[in-house]
Amino acid sequence: MNGMRVVQHPILDELDTSKTVTIYFDGQPITALEGEPIAAALINAGITSFRYTPKRHEKRGIFCAIGRCTDCMMIVDGIPNTRTCVTRVKDGMQVKTQDGLGSFERKEAEK
Amino acid sequence: MRKGRVACIECVQEIPCNPCEGICRFGSITVGEQITALPVLHEDSCTGCGLCVANCPGLAIVILDKSYSETEGTVDFPFEYLPLPAEGDEVDAVSRGGEVVCRGTVLKVTRVKSYAGTAVIRLKVPLEYVDEVRSIARLPRPRQ
Amino acid sequence: MKIKETDVAIIGAGSAGLSAACQAAAAGARVLVIDENHLPGGQLFKQIHKFFGSRAHQAGTRGYVIGQQLLDRVEKSGAEVWLDTVVYGMQKDCTLGVVHEDEHWHVIAKKVIVATGAKENYMAFPGSTLPGVMGAGAAQTMINVNRVLPGERILMLGSGNVGLIVSYQLMQAGADVVALVEGAPFIGGYGVHAGKIRRAGVPIFVGHTIKEVTGKDKVEQVTIVAVDSKWQHIPGSEKTFDVDTVCLAVGLNPMTELVWMTGCEFTFIPAFGGHVPMHDRNMETTVKGLYVAGDVTGVEEASSAMEEGNLAGVAAAEALGYLGAEEAAEKKKEIWGRLETLRSGMFGEKRRTAKQSQIERMEAFEAGAACGQKGAAV
Repeated sequence: MNGMRVVQHPILDELDTSKTVTIYFDGQPITALEGEPIAAALINAGITSFRYTPKRHEKRGIFCAIGRCTDCMMIVDGIPNTRTCVTRVKDGMQVKTQDGLGSFERKEAEK
Repeated sequence: MRKGRVACIECVQEIPCNPCEGICRFGSITVGEQITALPVLHEDSCTGCGLCVANCPGLAIVILDKSYSETEGTVDFPFEYLPLPAEGDEVDAVSRGGEVVCRGTVLKVTRVKSYAGTAVIRLKVPLEYVDEVRSIARLPRPRQ
Repeated sequence: MKIKETDVAIIGAGSAGLSAACQAAAAGARVLVIDENHLPGGQLFKQIHKFFGSRAHQAGTRGYVIGQQLLDRVEKSGAEVWLDTVVYGMQKDCTLGVVHEDEHWHVIAKKVIVATGAKENYMAFPGSTLPGVMGAGAAQTMINVNRVLPGERILMLGSGNVGLIVSYQLMQAGADVVALVEGAPFIGGYGVHAGKIRRAGVPIFVGHTIKEVTGKDKVEQVTIVAVDSKWQHIPGSEKTFDVDTVCLAVGLNPMTELVWMTGCEFTFIPAFGGHVPMHDRNMETTVKGLYVAGDVTGVEEASSAMEEGNLAGVAAAEALGYLGAEEAAEKKKEIWGRLETLRSGMFGEKRRTAKQSQIERMEAFEAGAACGQKGAAV
């Protein structure tokens, strides 16, 4: 679980890794720290590619990590174009690689 | 330095900054009204206590002692990495440019609350390297 | 749609926004601070190094400790804070379009302070879109806030304070920085910050840039190359490193989108990162009642952002009658004194002259506008 996690730090307090949730990346279970951004949990698990670009089908990961650039967008619980660097994990969350531009399908009930 | 422990302030750019002046309990450092002025050390009143070493935001101050023995001197420097060495460890001593110039023995590792996270390491080195050694090579980090 | 009315609405709960909130709320104004993030503090909580400046104003204290103190003061001040809240637009009359707790709101404030900060620049080169190429600030966010390493072998591009400091912090978090690369022939940031990474064995290549990054699906290797005085690659000078991450610390750009929407007048100041809103000594723009503070007015540092926030908060409170003219003048004088100190010395000089010209251009604009109105009346 602690793949890339910074537990001991020379300046900051030791990281409390006791409170965890499980999210699913393309169906695969990933342990995440409660309340952390989705992107952090994925990077800790060694996942660097979050989506494919529409024209050239190239992989993209994070760039700015503060919600400004949209490089990290994925489909989260069915909602595309979700910025995973500023969206927090929830237990059972389904996170899927987004292929190209997202599309919203409006449900009849919402119209 | 041959008389005993004394601070050596390697602050050479005019940046507005003056914590060293305020932290010294002996009034041995002066910056003045214009806080971009370079700090001036009054060596005779400096006791080498090392408070300035931990408090300089630029980590630019060390304590040197060329009176330790006939052949050895000591360098006290700030260190903010993990793992910390243990007292008695033999380690690689590095110059300002990060080159290993000699081996050293860790005499003391001080980490107190007022240092706010900065450890101060006292390293014993051959006398001829006291003017060169300013840190130790980072120690290998165990996988977490 | 719901409506929220208040005295002072502050967009951005970072160094400048929180400081403004403290000042305005302490004077008795009703204050609402809005931030789209889950946690307040902006970039302040990522600064785990000790700040410079005057000891009387917290030099020697780590950035995140200063941030916590600021947050404590905001909590006690009575200011209201809406987190996880997006300000998606601002009308010409400074009404804010806001999404808060899944509802649409209009926030109508007598004074608005925009403190939205700045974002990292990007640099394009072959391979720059590979996963593993990221902003230096992104790496800093990952290691200091999210406590996860973005990689283990890093090349840093850019020798300003951001590049130097983040390289140091990456090593503190356990990564190796194989090299720091700088296009100009000299190091841009403080010598003491460069000294820390040099002692740790990190080579600094000035007069070099990135030629390309390669890898299958992610960063695996980076090749750097020397550049001449015209920034052209010098063939034969290439060096290749095995890395998994390339961090770009190539400047910041003020996030002024909301301010543009109001029709506010801007000016172009390269030293500040690009187009910035003109403002006066009270941090008020050409749109009456609209103030700006912090990196959104021009990229500087956390300490000056806090002071500009103080200034905007005091000025907004005074304009609303919560502070008397004399008391406000006294506070503003002290704040300007501290700003002058922060902008002194060899590094501060460029920022001092840039800020001076930003204010002078505002004064010239106002004078021109006044003449225009007179002319029209005649």
